[in-house]
Amino acid sequence: MPALLLRTVGRTNLRLLALLALLCLAAAPLIGDRLFAPAGLRSMAYQLPELGLLSLAMMVALLSGGLDLSIIATANLAALAAAAVLKAAPEGASGALLVAIEAGALLAGLATAAAVGLLNGTLVGYLRVSPILATLGTMTLVKGLAIGLTHGSVVSDFPPDILFLGSGAVGGVPMPLLLFGLVALGLGVLLTRTPFGTILSLMGSNQQAVRFSGIDTRAALLRTYMLTSMVAATAGFVMMARFNSANAAYGESYLLVTILACVLGGISPTGGFGRVGGLVLSLVVLQLISTACVLLDFSQFLTLAIWGGILLAVSLIGAVRDQLRPLLATLRAPLPRPAGRQTVDAKGPSC
Amino acid sequence: MRKGPRRGRAPQELWLGLVILAMVVVLTALRPNFLSIQNILEMLNATAFNGILVSGLLIVLIAGGIDISFAAVASVAQYAALTVANATGAGWGEIVAIAGGIGLSLGLLNGALVSTLGIASIIVTIATQSVIYGILLTVTRGQDIFTLPPWFADGVDLFVTSDAKGNVYAVSLQIWALVLAFLVAWFLLNRTHFGRQVFALGGNPEAARRVGFGTTRLNLLVYGYMGLVAGLASLVQAQYTQSVSPTALVGRELEVVAAAVLGGASLEGGSGSVLGAILGLALVVIMKNGLALLGVSSYWTDFFTGLVIVAAVAVMAGRARRRWHESPGLA
Amino acid sequence: MMFLEMRGVSKRFGGVQALSDLDFDLARGEIHCLVGGNGSGKSTMIKIIAGVQPPDPGGRLVVEGREQTRLTPVESSALGIQVIYQDLSLFPNLTVAENIAVAQHRGLTGLVKRKTMRAVAEAAMRRIGVALDLDERVAHLSIANRQLVAICRAIAADAKLVIMDEPTASLTRHEVDALLALTLELKRRDISVLFVSHRFDEVLEIAERVTVIRDGVKLGTFEAKDMTEQRLAVLMSGRSFTYETKERTIPRARPVLSVEGLCKTGEYQEIGFSLYPGEILGLTGLLGAGRTELALSLFGMNAPDSGTIRIDGEPVTFRSNRDAIARGIAYVPEDRLSLSLVLDQSIGANITLPVLDTLTNGVGFLRRSREAGLIRDWIRGLAIKIGTPDDPVRTLSGGNQQRVVIAKWLATKPRVLILDSPTVGVDLHGKDGIYQLVKDLAAQGLAVIMISDEIPEVLYHCDRILVMRDGRLTGEVMAHHVAEPDLRRMVHA
Repeated sequence: MPALLLRTVGRTNLRLLALLALLCLAAAPLIGDRLFAPAGLRSMAYQLPELGLLSLAMMVALLSGGLDLSIIATANLAALAAAAVLKAAPEGASGALLVAIEAGALLAGLATAAAVGLLNGTLVGYLRVSPILATLGTMTLVKGLAIGLTHGSVVSDFPPDILFLGSGAVGGVPMPLLLFGLVALGLGVLLTRTPFGTILSLMGSNQQAVRFSGIDTRAALLRTYMLTSMVAATAGFVMMARFNSANAAYGESYLLVTILACVLGGISPTGGFGRVGGLVLSLVVLQLISTACVLLDFSQFLTLAIWGGILLAVSLIGAVRDQLRPLLATLRAPLPRPAGRQTVDAKGPSC
Repeated sequence: MRKGPRRGRAPQELWLGLVILAMVVVLTALRPNFLSIQNILEMLNATAFNGILVSGLLIVLIAGGIDISFAAVASVAQYAALTVANATGAGWGEIVAIAGGIGLSLGLLNGALVSTLGIASIIVTIATQSVIYGILLTVTRGQDIFTLPPWFADGVDLFVTSDAKGNVYAVSLQIWALVLAFLVAWFLLNRTHFGRQVFALGGNPEAARRVGFGTTRLNLLVYGYMGLVAGLASLVQAQYTQSVSPTALVGRELEVVAAAVLGGASLEGGSGSVLGAILGLALVVIMKNGLALLGVSSYWTDFFTGLVIVAAVAVMAGRARRRWHESPGLA
Repeated sequence: MMFLEMRGVSKRFGGVQALSDLDFDLARGEIHCLVGGNGSGKSTMIKIIAGVQPPDPGGRLVVEGREQTRLTPVESSALGIQVIYQDLSLFPNLTVAENIAVAQHRGLTGLVKRKTMRAVAEAAMRRIGVALDLDERVAHLSIANRQLVAICRAIAADAKLVIMDEPTASLTRHEVDALLALTLELKRRDISVLFVSHRFDEVLEIAERVTVIRDGVKLGTFEAKDMTEQRLAVLMSGRSFTYETKERTIPRARPVLSVEGLCKTGEYQEIGFSLYPGEILGLTGLLGAGRTELALSLFGMNAPDSGTIRIDGEPVTFRSNRDAIARGIAYVPEDRLSLSLVLDQSIGANITLPVLDTLTNGVGFLRRSREAGLIRDWIRGLAIKIGTPDDPVRTLSGGNQQRVVIAKWLATKPRVLILDSPTVGVDLHGKDGIYQLVKDLAAQGLAVIMISDEIPEVLYHCDRILVMRDGRLTGEVMAHHVAEPDLRRMVHA
């Protein structure tokens, strides 16, 4: 039974689930049931999607063995592009025309993001720039473009349909959460059920071997970074709708936190491994901590410290276990097992 | 005989040097006051904090690691040092000791975690950055320190002179600290066993271990040094801006990484030079200053900086790309 | 007097007995060869001698008459034991002088003394008669010169025993000869040399004694002059593999692949040959003869400057390896670990990688049942020994890993299979299995090109052999018409 559970959920997720249970137990006497009261749940449901969508975007790049530091800048530029279209609409447009304009605005945002992804993908895939360097450059470039065009100012006041994306609800489910769920589900299917998803993970482990197997890794990387950028754009739309404004510098503090959330969720920072489910769990854990901190009247920054601390603690536990494993194996297994030979071989240069 | 060791590293610095030279020539032709002493001093003052950090980060990069937490470390160091100075009337010696001590300890913590956790240094230092910054903002409630001790606000200027028109020129604390930082980094990297071990560690970590270089100890020293440098640089920064804000520095980490990398330090470790780092830094500073002199709106500075970084990394990747295409799997 | 003695040394990792009750000795100035297959325990033995791992209690390790109880790497090095690992453990970003005199940099407080460093490096090079540019970066040196740097480093550290792990693996014959001469020079200086190898090695020509281990047990120490390749193979694997050339009738009516006047500057010139369905064509030559470059051109990853490649008589141009695969060409690279396999990922994902696009339904989703079926069929068809298809490829033995690679390519339904050194790092059992598999595939009509620098490999397992030297085809023989020494002469001529 534990083996089955392990296989379906994965080791990291199991660890996260345990962490989650532990947190709830610890939080219960402190905060009582306020954490899971409707108000608490609702506020979580509106907050989680922003970081969640950005983390999903980061996850795609991480899986391919890369990194995308330009996601926040891209999200903001996409929101600004959408805002520009909305602002350019004639006064008093309504009905079908307004809907068309709004759809056009979102499409313009997505197209802008896709263009950034195209640039990132060209740099990483075709010009073979290391992903950190490439996206460090485009992050500055894209943010610079947004600042240059807006002079750093805020664009605000959008039609109600757009605001609905940020604060509305469908059947009691908040729109941002619904959007996050849809994107997460879509990515999950894309990553596990399509050739592209398989290739993405395999590239993350060994790009050369994938290339020698007749896969166009350059085109696959191009698609990877375009996908990353477009997921980031959806985060930009949610932020724009929630704040009823768009700006070049929204959400910048999320950048490193998205990496933190991904690694905590079991996405390998060196690429190749990770599941959407793990990331969603890690986001829930982080959000619970954040909400608990608010309810306990802690500073929001303490939340950040706790998040970082949890990542370090989880890694530390892993490192200690790895250190102890050979010792435990010696203690536990006095009988020679032929199957164990492979672990010895894998450790050092084989003889 | 001296040219030998430099082989294989010249192109990056040479290329950067030529680009900078071209920029200087064009800017001087368009705006003669670009090369005025006043403007040069101003550029140096403005870039001192980033420059000092680059000198520390360079060593971390050569050792094959990366540090993202230094801005948070610097924020803690300057806040603590100047709070103590305001409360107790401590002087230069004490605040240098406090800022340096805090930087060093946090750096050593990074080094210890990088050595023991067995995960990428970028992840470790993102996590420590979150912890350090989160605690700093919680404790300080995000409050700035507005009043600084007068002796601190006055700074330490050397070689103060003035010209006929009454303009005062001085080598400020920022400038001599910047020069000192690069001199120390150059000396450590090229003239000490520690420096050669750092190159060895970045070039082939497994071999460094086999040769008997204590790699854990080396990591502690490398990250400890980065922390120390960040702590001391924080004072230089506070003196320059004449204020201390816990939120002012965090978010600027990647600017420093970009400057170091423009100078040819590889993220894979084992390569990088002080000259290159200086040139990388100079490229960004001269471009920003030039844009301002040419009257380009400051709103567009980031855009051009990004353009330069993207162009530079694309050109730098050229050689690696040719290898990849021409001899797949043979290299 | 013996320099090194091991008595009753055992080592156990968890449930695995890596070494059991091993006795070993090595004289001063002796050239000794330690031979064993993958997992035989020879690297564990080296680690114990080097102080990287302690032996289990009860075993004794005596160096120069002094019993060593708690040997550390630093102490072992101080006793004069220097290990040159297969990867050489050099610093590519440092200069030759810095690498040789690396021990001068121990300790953190000292300052770099370039003069001393150069003097140490020069002295080490002079002692063994080597001349290299002290200021060249090691990254820019050839493999053979890097090995010299590693040996000089051992000399500079006052080595009394130099242990070399697979030193000839990536050297040409000429370079091997130079290494052998150098080894004799070390012997003259009373330095012992222990070669470690997994195969019958050229170094046996100068070794005095050979020790063979298998499954952690020493099978014996033998006089090297009595050792033959046959006998060694039987000892290492526990059974004998004898091969002979056999004439097979292959209809040579229409070649599946033919090449005419293929040239690429600096790599190969005027290459022309034909390959027929069901034929196994050997391509041999020294390292650097241009074999791999030619193979990559046939696989669309290295565009030739001029010449034609024909498939079924029809001229083709490959813009990438995708074009080549579409025309039925498959290529198994020599570097299995980094170019053939995604080691950390599952066996199943590795097998389906090149054919993922054919496993989708109408809307582009993978059809899980077809995927699983395909994986199952190939694992069964090639008799790959695995736990489950979800295990990482890393957990398999070398032979089974190579079968996964071949399965991956067979899934693309190729007509030409190019195997580049397919048995490197595969033990004798695994090798035999791969030879059988290749012959079976050829019998079913697949055309095979087998590239190898091991003469017996092409001689006994191919129908026809092409010899390549300095980028040109210099000979073509039918395998059953040529004897091993003659073929060897053709390659080395």
